[in-house]
Amino acid sequence: MRYFSFVVLLILFWISLSGHFEPLLLGLGAVSIALTAYLSHRMNVIDHESYPLHLSSKFPSYYFYLFGEILKANIDVIKRIISPGETPISPQMIEIPQSQKTDLGAVIYANSITLTPGTVTIKLSKESLTVHALSKEAATDLATGAMSNEITNRVFKE
Amino acid sequence: MIIDILSAIFLLIGVVLGIVGAIGIHRFPDFYTRLHAAGITDTLSALMILFGLALQAGWGIAAFKLALIFVFLFFTSPTASHALANAAQHSGLKPKLEQK
Repeated sequence: MRYFSFVVLLILFWISLSGHFEPLLLGLGAVSIALTAYLSHRMNVIDHESYPLHLSSKFPSYYFYLFGEILKANIDVIKRIISPGETPISPQMIEIPQSQKTDLGAVIYANSITLTPGTVTIKLSKESLTVHALSKEAATDLATGAMSNEITNRVFKE
Repeated sequence: MIIDILSAIFLLIGVVLGIVGAIGIHRFPDFYTRLHAAGITDTLSALMILFGLALQAGWGIAAFKLALIFVFLFFTSPTASHALANAAQHSGLKPKLEQK
């Protein structure tokens, strides 16, 4: 099932990138896809983690939320950049608990933190995340764990 | 016509945000804080420019490709930022923190 959808995805990907329907190009596509599928099978990289098919219906809702957060964070950082005089920043290095149960969740969490301007994940371990934040406000927001909760609720809840 | 104007507005916002990001890189005091400024260029600026271009391209393969560029950017740029920050910390670069 996973491989089937993987191959279908590759076919769609090839066609949408090439946009040509000549037999030669379709044939080249078929060969490339077969090779890719064979190699990923051999390397054993298609699993529930690298290719989270079972979660794909839940990602849009989370990314919608994440997009809002990115927008808010962008506006905040832009304000700090263009404010005249000394830039109003208060850089912080904080350690926050890593409450995601799965590795995939932890990576989504760390990536989301880095994606929002104003916070960058520096270190990620099973128990905690080390984050550099541009301002005290960004650090406090993060320390509430709201984003981690959103991931748990929107992506991993049955 | 309306689409042209909209797309020009989005492109303009994107370019301005890119410049703001560049200004931020110059104004912020150390490596880690500069990384945050670069984050603006990575996210909102890139999104606005790609959206402006997609409006010009119209529905079709070109717009789809632009969307793919955004998706790849969305997943790779935080990975790159994290790699940079992690490498900096590993090699012992201390961040300038707020004076307590």
